[in-house]
Amino acid sequence: MTEPTIYELSSAGRKGFTFAEPDVPAFPLPDEFIRKDLPLPELSELDVVRHFTHLSQKNYSIDSGFYPLGSCTMKYNPRINEVVARLNGFAQVHPLQPIETVQGSLVVMYMLQEALKEISGFPAISLQPAAGAHGELVGVLIMRAYHLSHGDAKRKKILLPDSAHGTNPASSSMAGFEAVHLPSDARGNVDLAKLKELCDDTIAGLMLTNPNTLGLFDEHVLEVIDIVHKAGGLVYGDGANLNALLGITRPGDLGFDILHINLHKTFSTPHGGGGPGSGPLAVAEHLADFLPDPLVDIIDPGDEETPPLYGFIHPKKSIGRIKSFHGHFGIIVRALTYILMQGAEGLRDVSEMAVLNANYLMALLKGSYHLPYDRDCMHEFVLEGVWPEAPDIHALDVAKRLMDYGLHPPTNYFPLIVNEALMIEPTESESKQTLDYFADAMRKIAKEAHEQPELLHEAPHATPVGRLDEVKAAKDLVLCCWRPEE
Amino acid sequence: MNTPANLRYAKTDEWVKVDGNIATVGISDYAQDQLSDIVFIEFNREIDDVITKGDALATIESVKAAADVNAPISGKVLEVNEGLSDIPETLNDDPYEKAWLYKIEMSKPDEVNELMDAAAYDQYCEGRH
Repeated sequence: MTEPTIYELSSAGRKGFTFAEPDVPAFPLPDEFIRKDLPLPELSELDVVRHFTHLSQKNYSIDSGFYPLGSCTMKYNPRINEVVARLNGFAQVHPLQPIETVQGSLVVMYMLQEALKEISGFPAISLQPAAGAHGELVGVLIMRAYHLSHGDAKRKKILLPDSAHGTNPASSSMAGFEAVHLPSDARGNVDLAKLKELCDDTIAGLMLTNPNTLGLFDEHVLEVIDIVHKAGGLVYGDGANLNALLGITRPGDLGFDILHINLHKTFSTPHGGGGPGSGPLAVAEHLADFLPDPLVDIIDPGDEETPPLYGFIHPKKSIGRIKSFHGHFGIIVRALTYILMQGAEGLRDVSEMAVLNANYLMALLKGSYHLPYDRDCMHEFVLEGVWPEAPDIHALDVAKRLMDYGLHPPTNYFPLIVNEALMIEPTESESKQTLDYFADAMRKIAKEAHEQPELLHEAPHATPVGRLDEVKAAKDLVLCCWRPEE
Repeated sequence: MNTPANLRYAKTDEWVKVDGNIATVGISDYAQDQLSDIVFIEFNREIDDVITKGDALATIESVKAAADVNAPISGKVLEVNEGLSDIPETLNDDPYEKAWLYKIEMSKPDEVNELMDAAAYDQYCEGRH
């Protein structure tokens, strides 16, 4: 059933709230500042509560069902994260308070910095970036600052494998670099011959997503990094897929120079409409001085009587501040909570289960769907949502039909190197029963695609609204509720 | 798939129609089919701009993806089919006639010989699945 808009529920003159008579003298605004018409809906308080409750019940979230949205790591957000983030000592502080009065919050930031350094294998980190792509932009700006600090102004290109995250080329371009496309080989690794051909003294660096968006760990990662370093370039690691690596390998040890980490993916903070992201940026020793200003550190070690004092330090060649205050602090609290609750062994279990779940699903599905890169996968894998015997069915139809089974569709049409891509990431959170239900639904849909294609074409049938017009949604943008009078 | 025999094709899915020293450039039927419903086109070049083979000439967005149109030949821009910006779906409906993108005065006409003929392009597209 569809819910009317709040304007359709409006009834002229209906009120949800009545103001008391003022007990201070009225001070009317000048007439010219008072609008004659304010077209807001008029409803009772109960009508408003019901309307928004109905809308919230139509939401789909990780709390309501399986959410295998590839590349997004839609894992369970443990409730204890929320309990800790709501403690008064964290929720009621202000970033402009004197540092002596917010030592607990600074300790939390320091502890998260230290934990992420240990997990990623890097010696320095900033918690400021507001999300993954923001971390990328900051990382690329650091690459630029590094080369310019050596008087090297001719490095204007960044190499981007076609299996990289889609934001990587955008971040490179936004920082003023030319994004250069780097193809994959038949096994889904970086094409080494092409990499060697492109690496020269105009290359600022390479942005590598590893595992990549095919869910594959590059089998020549050490060689790739070495080739770029020998050409004088830096290697940026897109850590969006870090959920496959916790406690198993560390990008810093592999030789990456820079890595952003998505707290809202790997470290279980809410995302997908549920909260802001957070994309801490870790760097190797030679880049530490360029990190955003400021970082949290112990500024006075104290002694037997006095505890250490936490405060801010200022990297010498910093590219500057890149976010107001100190990043998304509430997310920082949640991520640290998750890390401490898991512990080192728990984090390794997370990655092992995420990889096991993905390989289990891949094994169940590869008989029904074409798997173009048929290798053991990491935390996700990519199928084709298309069959030669069902020429009118596309990945989009499969995705829409999954909604009828009460499941969130996988990421579709990405990565671009797979025809009609369906990118599936189950995460470690799901039980075998849930994975079996999903695999069963996917196999039924594959059968329906051949026998009752109209079921897919017309899907979804069981949702509040049916198939949406994507062309109209992309072309006819309505950017405000009404056109202001000229 | 429709691949007119009188055109030449680039590996990046642009077509070229040669008329004397003038080349008309657009995107192939295969390209529009792969992109699916096209909702936006932005032209990066203006009349009189000098372009080199491989330059990004335009950006096309569909409901699925965004893609660059690359210059299949070098030369100088004579005409831009700017009206397409208002009706980008023409790229789906009529990629070889109404939805041409640029007319270019070629500076290196020999570059046309490096492009594929229709049979070679068909075979090339076939091999991409």
